[in-house]
Amino acid sequence: MLKGLFVTLKELIGKPVTVSYPEEKRPVRSRFKGRHTLKRYDNGLEKCIGCALCAAACPADAIFVESAENTDEERYSPGERYASTYEINFLRCIFCGFCEDACPTEAIVLGDTYELSYTDRATAIYPKELLLEPVPDGVETTPQQTPPGMFTRSVPEMKDPTD
Amino acid sequence: MAKEVTLTIDGKSVTVPAGTLVVDAAKRIGIDIPVFCYHPKMEPVGMCRMCLVEIGRPVIDRATGQVVLDESGKTKMQFGPKLETSCTTPVSEGMAVVTNSAKAVDGRREIIEFILTSHPLDCPICDKGGECPLQNLTMAHGPGESRFLIDEKMKLAKHVPLGELIILDRERCIQCARCVRFQSDIAGDPVIAFNHRGRALEIVTHSEPGFDSYFSGNTTDICPVGALTTADFRFGARPWEQKPAASLCSHCPVGCNMTYNVRREAASGGKLVIKRAMPRQNEQVNEIWMCDKGRFAYHYAESSERLSKPLVRKGGELVEVEWDEALNAAAEGLRGAGQVLALAGGRLPNEDLFALGKLGKPVLYTHHGGGDLVAQVGLGPDSNLGDLGKGSVILVIASDLHEEAPIWWLRLKAAAKRGAHLIVAGARPTRLEEYAAQVIRYRYGEEIAVLHPFLDGSDADFANAENVVIFYGNEGLDLAGSSALAQACAELLVQTNHTGRANNGLVGVWANANAQGAWELGFRPSADLAAELAEAGAVYIAAADPAGDDPALAAALDKARFVVVQELFLTETAARAAVVLPVQANLEREGTYVSGERRVQRFYPVIYPPEGTRPDFEIIAQVGALIDVPVEGRAVSLLFTKLAAELKPFNGLTYQALAQRVEQWPQVGRADLYYGGTSYDNKLGLGVQLPAAGWQGGAAEQSRIAAVPQLGEQEVWLVPVTRLYDNGQTVKHSKLLDQRRAVPTLSLHPDTAAKLGLEVGARVTVDDAALAVVLDATVPASVGLVPRSTGVPSSAPRAVKLHRVAETAR
Repeated sequence: MLKGLFVTLKELIGKPVTVSYPEEKRPVRSRFKGRHTLKRYDNGLEKCIGCALCAAACPADAIFVESAENTDEERYSPGERYASTYEINFLRCIFCGFCEDACPTEAIVLGDTYELSYTDRATAIYPKELLLEPVPDGVETTPQQTPPGMFTRSVPEMKDPTD
Repeated sequence: MAKEVTLTIDGKSVTVPAGTLVVDAAKRIGIDIPVFCYHPKMEPVGMCRMCLVEIGRPVIDRATGQVVLDESGKTKMQFGPKLETSCTTPVSEGMAVVTNSAKAVDGRREIIEFILTSHPLDCPICDKGGECPLQNLTMAHGPGESRFLIDEKMKLAKHVPLGELIILDRERCIQCARCVRFQSDIAGDPVIAFNHRGRALEIVTHSEPGFDSYFSGNTTDICPVGALTTADFRFGARPWEQKPAASLCSHCPVGCNMTYNVRREAASGGKLVIKRAMPRQNEQVNEIWMCDKGRFAYHYAESSERLSKPLVRKGGELVEVEWDEALNAAAEGLRGAGQVLALAGGRLPNEDLFALGKLGKPVLYTHHGGGDLVAQVGLGPDSNLGDLGKGSVILVIASDLHEEAPIWWLRLKAAAKRGAHLIVAGARPTRLEEYAAQVIRYRYGEEIAVLHPFLDGSDADFANAENVVIFYGNEGLDLAGSSALAQACAELLVQTNHTGRANNGLVGVWANANAQGAWELGFRPSADLAAELAEAGAVYIAAADPAGDDPALAAALDKARFVVVQELFLTETAARAAVVLPVQANLEREGTYVSGERRVQRFYPVIYPPEGTRPDFEIIAQVGALIDVPVEGRAVSLLFTKLAAELKPFNGLTYQALAQRVEQWPQVGRADLYYGGTSYDNKLGLGVQLPAAGWQGGAAEQSRIAAVPQLGEQEVWLVPVTRLYDNGQTVKHSKLLDQRRAVPTLSLHPDTAAKLGLEVGARVTVDDAALAVVLDATVPASVGLVPRSTGVPSSAPRAVKLHRVAETAR
């Protein structure tokens, strides 16, 4: 019994294992898979090209993508195609990360955010505006007007395809 | 019976007709030899080299002509030192084909590697991605890794519009020439071609407007990569996200089988929308093709101008009301009104026509007569334009098939190529004449005389013909004139004994998809529609817009006592009605059409109807219930059962039988995408051809073709002609076709114009419609051609006085 009491006393004066969430938050692990973000290039263009391979890969059918054509006057992403609609239903999402694996442009990345709560089903569906990361400082947001012939490729050439 | 040849492919023995290509013989026994450039509908060219196989032939002793045997007593085979293209090699007796040897597999792998040297890796954004033969064959036969340097890939233009309908991606093209060959060999419009050579080879268009062909959309179907895409579908959806929905084209009497691809769309609030239209294989109707009108003109269903609430006239204005009130108002007006005129347009499906006929005197709104004769001596069961060849005579009279029914044009052209004797009779040159064995030119009004040499046997080709099919139109004819022409054609067929058999008969080139069905159901045009409209107790109009076509009919409708209109849009006719009832488009419901070849075919619901609309037959039944006229209104299938029991040509037909299908050859559009066409496999029925009723002595009323009268000063004989892209209710809502739509013009022969003192671009008025003068040397003298649906009443040809618009008045 003394032995048991000793453990209690030791824990009483030692560092607590709990944290006082939400004031305090634990750092997530490096491979944690939280809420998705849609990434941008440094020039502000969206990486997402609206190919819908994430939606095809999704085992929970949580992603809905519609695409449209870019023009140089109104450019969202490099190349011809961009996602005009991009929605993820977080009630369906199982955070498996298959979308991230399927993405040919590394546009969708599962981030660290795990605080997802909704008051109704509709707000659980995140549209593109909520998923897109903010543009880097000093860069124009999309759609951008770009010089013709500059962004003709959708899929960037990977330096090392095995990566 | 063609000579049969037996050969072995990968050890399996197969017997096929002589002349069959090795690649087709292999497909017959389920061996897929991969192809890119080969297409079973076109002559082989052997350009892509993908179908390389080892081929061995038995060694023949030259002295004796006998097969040489080896030591063990087996036939000695001699294999070629190199691989051969199986798509260009016809089978021969005793041939041995090896498709899976190491040498053949190596050959294919290297060809794939070579084709991919400059193919971009943009499958993620490519519209073909997911249904791409190159993708599939790379996965099946490709090396997985290329020895070529990625930096040396060609970087070419990715968005090259070949006209506003078709867009080329130069990088993706693998130079198989399927599109170029389709355009020159099948469509007869060689408007695209290869330019430059080698790696710089590119597809260019040399027409104005670009890619000026009514069949251009088909090239995107048969393109084995994503090089050609339609502007309509571009980036619309991925192939695997869409659901196919079987339907029929509702724009012309050919009755092309179609597949619509549908998907829910965020921009439409989550509604199911059509993403693209593609042909559905029916070798007896449209094979695997369709025209651009059918492919791009479906947008009318999603138009925001669609009616979605019933309208009732209150105090002179049409006011939106609830359905019950509208139905009651309609019943109120019909009750005790006396004779009800049930006027239907030719795009109303059979079941609705049948229901409508119960409400009153069935009248078909058309200016093209003779359908009752087509019902007697039309094409019957087992007829197939694809079977017409040597020994068949096809006569086309008073019709420009290229504009009126492009797929018939395509198939008659192919029949002429197979050896059918094609006779084209017209008052002016038409596109079909290029392929005709005999061209007959007559003057408007003298159509019947054309048939005399055939009747008295002085035309040897006609007299000796095994099969005769006559296509008759109504160009330059009014209702009575076209009836007379039909009568003359029918009598010709009867007297030369070309009726009651497959591949023999009369075909009407109608303006609408189900005009033949209306005739079969007992609907007849009125000789004096304006008088009948004005005098009827009540008029019930469905799917027709007489007021929009002709001010005289509009005036007659204004005089009519009570008018109910069922329509998709608020047309001129609907605007004159007491009650307007919003209906569903054929894309939103099921039903059947009878094609010009008298094939009853089913169409199926593709998208959901807009809220507030009801199908025609249901509305008719609901109105009928209120005025004590019992009409079946629960389901199309029940109506069809009643219709089949009541009407003789339909006797014995069941709704289910229309959905039956048989194996078709060539196999295209299957899951393996073997031939790469994205035309859809037909899973929902090939339809059934009605038996011809048999000759009953012709039409009840004798009519004749009115001769062209003496023309006065400043007068021309105004002939309405059909243009494919018209301004009809179900066409004008497709923005994509705007640039090619018929515009108000008056085509005159340069001499006629000079006589009238008019030059190109001069503006004249005809019945308040302003027309721009176009000079065309093919137009007969003293004749002015005006496209239908451009504002000039086009029910009949007539003499008109031209009034020049003063330049300053513009």
